[in-house]
Amino acid sequence: MLEFRNVSYSVAGKDILKNINLTIDDRFVAITGPNGSGKSTMAKLIAGIIKPTEGSILMDGVDITDLSITERAKAGISFAFQQPVRFKGITVRDLISLAAGKSTSIAEACSYLSEVGLCAKDYVNREVDASLSGGELKRIEIAMINARGTKLSVFDEPEAGIDLWSFNNLIKVFEKMHERTKGTIIIISHQERILNISDKIIVLANGGVAEYGDREEVFPKLMDVRSGCNFTKNS
Amino acid sequence: MDSIQKKLLAEVADLHDVPQGAYSLRINGSLYGKNSSENIEIVAKTDKPGIDIYVKAGTKNESLHIPVILSQSGLKELVYNDFHIGEDCDVTIVAGCGIHNGGDAASEHSGIHAFYVSKNAKIKYVEKHYGQGDGNGENIMNPTTYVELAENAHMEMETVQIKGVDSTYRKTVAKVSKNATLVVHEKIMTHGKQVADTEFEVELNGENSGTHVISRAVARDQSKQKFLSVIKGNNKCSGHTECDAIIMDNATVAAIPEILAVNPDASLIHEAAIGKIAGEQLIKLMTLGLTEKEAEEEIVNGFLR
Repeated sequence: MLEFRNVSYSVAGKDILKNINLTIDDRFVAITGPNGSGKSTMAKLIAGIIKPTEGSILMDGVDITDLSITERAKAGISFAFQQPVRFKGITVRDLISLAAGKSTSIAEACSYLSEVGLCAKDYVNREVDASLSGGELKRIEIAMINARGTKLSVFDEPEAGIDLWSFNNLIKVFEKMHERTKGTIIIISHQERILNISDKIIVLANGGVAEYGDREEVFPKLMDVRSGCNFTKNS
Repeated sequence: MDSIQKKLLAEVADLHDVPQGAYSLRINGSLYGKNSSENIEIVAKTDKPGIDIYVKAGTKNESLHIPVILSQSGLKELVYNDFHIGEDCDVTIVAGCGIHNGGDAASEHSGIHAFYVSKNAKIKYVEKHYGQGDGNGENIMNPTTYVELAENAHMEMETVQIKGVDSTYRKTVAKVSKNATLVVHEKIMTHGKQVADTEFEVELNGENSGTHVISRAVARDQSKQKFLSVIKGNNKCSGHTECDAIIMDNATVAAIPEILAVNPDASLIHEAAIGKIAGEQLIKLMTLGLTEKEAEEEIVNGFLR
């Protein structure tokens, strides 16, 4: 269970998130909202990459606000970057081993890669450098989160940079995760099909929570394009 | 060999004892042992310290080990090794120098290696430098490599200096003939107050000759590094030099690539980049549960792999 208590985040006097209060306790929760609404900021606050200007963040009732990125990772938080990082000399297998917290056999690494639709033998020994495309990197990023297998996983726009053909497979990956996860998956997304497999949807707008509820309740409002998006037209 | 010498041998040549096949092992300033094979003849020089190595034309898939070990503090030596590689060969040569300095005087090894590579021959040359010891004496290594590649010859040179060498000045000079290629991968890490200067000078003399000179360097603490690379295109040729360095702490790195074309069909490229470890790389590994220090090590080890 993840809880935001009066969380605000501002940069140079500009409020990015304002007084957020919410509890996330479901298996699969999507965060959506227009550009600049603070979605990625929220993900980074959870991973500990940035710290709230005010308020506190709790996981399973424990205050994690002051924990470092490493401590939060060890406490069971995983974070998939929107723009995965490239490394010189570090291979896909190295990263999967680091994610799993142990040396992984080729067979183990392969199973994680196959799950995200990468032909494992072509990738396992490749360097995670500029020779990989954006889409390949995104899938490796997801494979790492699977290898970690933590109780809370945060994905920042996993669909960004993935081509349409791969996108269908990606949805399947998340559907499978939804079925299997014993913890919580938080996924930042604009994609209708991802929102459509969520248990709950959080809509952020102007640095605040504009809507938070069951998919059945929130999803139709988001799709009501004829009247313009309820969450942006008043903003 | 004592245990220190054995450790040095393992570090520089991945060997646990005297190797099979052709080898020459030098310990504390004198020849410890050598062995010629049917195709590789090793002859001790009579006018100066060092050996001549003759590889018979057509020798394929053979290797030669010529490690040097210094475990006696304060020893200084200058060694000349000449490699005469016959036509159509395909051989691997593993050289390297390991110094253990437990005293206060500087230990120094300067190896001057000359490679005369005949037509259509292919060689891989691996050279590792390593230093250790708890004394105050410096470990100094100054390798000079001279390469002549005949028509269609190919040489791949891999040089590694990762730890414990206090001062090094490495110079490589090469002349490349028609259709011949030279590929150099250099990896250097300096720490403490170490100093590493490395210089490459490659002359692309033959038509369609080519070279890649690639250096990856990590400079930590107060160490200082200088990388100088000069490629001259004297014919229709292609040359590429690249220096990629990670700078940490209070280290200093200078990269000076120079390309000189004297033929309109010479195509030469230089690249040089120096920077600290990218913050996002550290953050990524920290989100996998590594501490900042562990993340840094992982990134550096990968970079120098």
